[in-house]
Amino acid sequence: MSASIPAVRRPFSWRQPSVLPGFGPTLAVTLLWLTLIVLGPLAVMLWFAAGMGWSGFWGVISTPRVLGDLRVSLTTAFGASLVNVFFGLIVAWVLTRYDFPFRRVADALVDLPFALPTAVAGIALSTLYAPDGWIGSLLTPLGIQIAFQPAGIVVAMMFISLPFIVRTVQPVIEDLEAEQEEAAHLMGATPAQIFLRISLPAILPSLLTGFALAFARCLGEYGSIIFIAGNKPMISEIVPLLIVARLDQFDYQGATAIGVLMLAVSFLLLLTINLLQAWVRRRHGQ
Amino acid sequence: MASRFLLIVTAMAFMAVFLLLPLISVFAEALSAGLGAYASAIVDPNVQSAIWLTLIIAAITVPANLIFGVCASWCIARFKFWGRDLLITLIDLPFSISPVVAGLLEVLLFGLNGLLGNWLSDHNIQIIFALPGMVLATIFVTFPFVAREVIPLAQEQGNDEEEAAVTLGASGLQIFWRVSLPKLRWGLFYGVLLCNARAMGEFGAVSVVSGKVFGETDTLSLAVESLYGSYEIQAAFAVASLLAMLALVTLVLKAVLEWLHRDELNAVKRKRTA
Amino acid sequence: MSTEITISHVSRGFNGHIVLDDVNLTVREGELLALLGPSGSGKTTLLRLIAGLDQPDSGSIAIGQDDATSRHPKERGVGFVFQHYALFRHMTVFENIAFPLRIRKARKAEIKAKVEELLKLIQLETLAGRYPAQLSGGQRQRVALARALASQPRVLLLDEPFGALDAVVRRDLRRWLRHLHEEMHITTLFVTHDQEEAFDLADRVVIMKDGKICQEGTPIDIYRGPANPFVHEFLGESNHLPAHVAGGVVLADAGFPLGSAALPDGPVQAYIRPHHVVPVPAAQGAWSIVRIAATGAQARISLTRGGTTLEAAMTADELLEAGLHAGGAVEVMFTGGTIFGPDGAGPVRLNTQALAHKLKAG
Repeated sequence: MSASIPAVRRPFSWRQPSVLPGFGPTLAVTLLWLTLIVLGPLAVMLWFAAGMGWSGFWGVISTPRVLGDLRVSLTTAFGASLVNVFFGLIVAWVLTRYDFPFRRVADALVDLPFALPTAVAGIALSTLYAPDGWIGSLLTPLGIQIAFQPAGIVVAMMFISLPFIVRTVQPVIEDLEAEQEEAAHLMGATPAQIFLRISLPAILPSLLTGFALAFARCLGEYGSIIFIAGNKPMISEIVPLLIVARLDQFDYQGATAIGVLMLAVSFLLLLTINLLQAWVRRRHGQ
Repeated sequence: MASRFLLIVTAMAFMAVFLLLPLISVFAEALSAGLGAYASAIVDPNVQSAIWLTLIIAAITVPANLIFGVCASWCIARFKFWGRDLLITLIDLPFSISPVVAGLLEVLLFGLNGLLGNWLSDHNIQIIFALPGMVLATIFVTFPFVAREVIPLAQEQGNDEEEAAVTLGASGLQIFWRVSLPKLRWGLFYGVLLCNARAMGEFGAVSVVSGKVFGETDTLSLAVESLYGSYEIQAAFAVASLLAMLALVTLVLKAVLEWLHRDELNAVKRKRTA
Repeated sequence: MSTEITISHVSRGFNGHIVLDDVNLTVREGELLALLGPSGSGKTTLLRLIAGLDQPDSGSIAIGQDDATSRHPKERGVGFVFQHYALFRHMTVFENIAFPLRIRKARKAEIKAKVEELLKLIQLETLAGRYPAQLSGGQRQRVALARALASQPRVLLLDEPFGALDAVVRRDLRRWLRHLHEEMHITTLFVTHDQEEAFDLADRVVIMKDGKICQEGTPIDIYRGPANPFVHEFLGESNHLPAHVAGGVVLADAGFPLGSAALPDGPVQAYIRPHHVVPVPAAQGAWSIVRIAATGAQARISLTRGGTTLEAAMTADELLEAGLHAGGAVEVMFTGGTIFGPDGAGPVRLNTQALAHKLKAG
């Protein structure tokens, strides 16, 4: 069978011709699977939401509980991500720049929140920070309560979002040119000055990206949080739990509205992240 | 240098408290009533069926997303076409969607009041609160895992070898099997490793679509929740320790693979963050 | 088993940019032809079109008697060696070379025999079990060639075969490729931007620029008679002097005679190679030596007169004999040159006999 390729081409074609075979079938499978698994269900949810109309949607969203839980989710996520920016930077710096015993083990450990199932993290954190837990018992005499308070949510969010910041910042720290720092050192700058004026500005864009990624992850997280959170509406209840609560009551509409809200926030964050990354690319002259 | 020492200690202390301690506590609590109690918690029939269910779900999810990942990497990495970047972004979508929303999606499709709810109940097909629903939810959540590891790797490796194979007379399948696949092997394994870890450990999405009947429709993660909820703390941690061991194995294998292929990995990373 | 290649009116454009513009070329059976040109000249694109890795917008390509224009690469019987070798990184040297044979489902014994024969040809029998990453650049190049030959092609195409190698290896491989070609006599086409390489290796050279063929011919013919200033300058360094012809005499615009040429009166461009510029020490000489760079066997002398500079070249021995030194005054004798008239007229040989005679006389 002679495999034939047309010699005369259209002035514009949507794909660049290639001698490699298999484009059609693989693209078909890819698009089919994508539609079946991801796009289809998403379309269904949006269709459900559209069925409520704006007034229905606002009706669900503007209830005190939803708004209150949204505030809880946003503030705890923000707080956790912010703290992680500080400590994550230190961890990333230390792992990249210094060598010490068990450095490799520590580096691998950073990925633990990625690999550990959220339910396991959830019960571990809950038990750890409960008033009679290993850490909780140390803090109770000081009057600090973590578990079942918003503080617990922050702790859990810190656990799951740390790798996002460390792994985003690490490659940038690796790429920092020693020569720039050496030049500054020769000119008499102290290590602190070198860090603040030379290293930090270079790392800042990736820190922001890491923050955004961490923030996004914190908002959507469920398993690690619900055990340690008090789950008191508007005080220590996160939005994902609210969706579950609505579904338990067979309130599909309510759940859908909140789900769409979460999607909207995720997309906004995704857009921000992409813009940040494009900015980073431009700054680095790529 | 004092500041260096201080930084290292701070970093390690932070990691010890926030990362290591929770991990250790899992095993400590699991064994807190002795090995005997630990063993009996594991061999409990409900736990056994949870293990079984978890394995089945993974056994369906991972190969499905593996095949998808391979197909996606071929058409995306080897060809240039309009909409390619959009396709990559769409594939990454499940990564940024909350697992609870993933479960919600399945419920809206297959639940009693869902789109297909009536049709399903007429035909006596059970998706939500049963295995199919849990599988679908897990597939959704782990959808991009293999693809996002293999696509950049395939892009980094370029088309030269494949084009050479064409000039030497190879057919499409021959090129894929003999030339492309061997190059991508470790990337595929890496993706499968991460996909599997997530599939076995998934909680949020499966929790929404599962019937939550301990012993029937509970995966290991859900079993942890069930046991913890009924105050069988030690048993809950025993089951959790199984998942924690899975996580540790995953981490070790991940680190080994990253070490063995660090050169290629660095080239790919530069492309990603650049 | 060798065949000729006929390229007729082939054009190719990318994104509105013309890469090949109505190219016509015949590669004769069994010849070793070089496609020479600067980057962007379209030479690699042409090679890929012949291989079938790309399709022309218009025109046809015939390999032997068959019109191959719409044929898939594997049906064209071409062997292609990529610029960066494209060896299969997960296969040993043996497996790489055996690949085309395995594809055709040849028998094990047959494969073994053929691969060993090729390994002997490329002189790498001892490295059969190594992986590409363990080989040097020159060794990888040879394996790539053997792999292309294993499919018994009618035509062999090489894309900048020695581009990524250092000078010594390049020279050795060049010699080796020539020797191989003489043994196997497969029609071979190779792409290069290195003029020395093309001229050293090829039976015929085709010079390309901006998607068009500027000139084709044997190395000697081209060197003696470059078709236009671009070819002349591409072939090697030369001094470019704007000049004019008056009554058959060529005078540089800067005001000194160059020689005579059979051209009508008018402005011309003169190109004189450094070794055709001969400085002669003269106390009242109009030229002065700015710098002498004696780099090994060749010496280069920079001369200046008024606003004009010339580069002269001679062997180190000749330099010694001539007794030149920096800052010294010299007269300049021209022993050859090429003249191009306006509107693409030329090349015309610069006749320097009379002038040289005059100088020698006093």
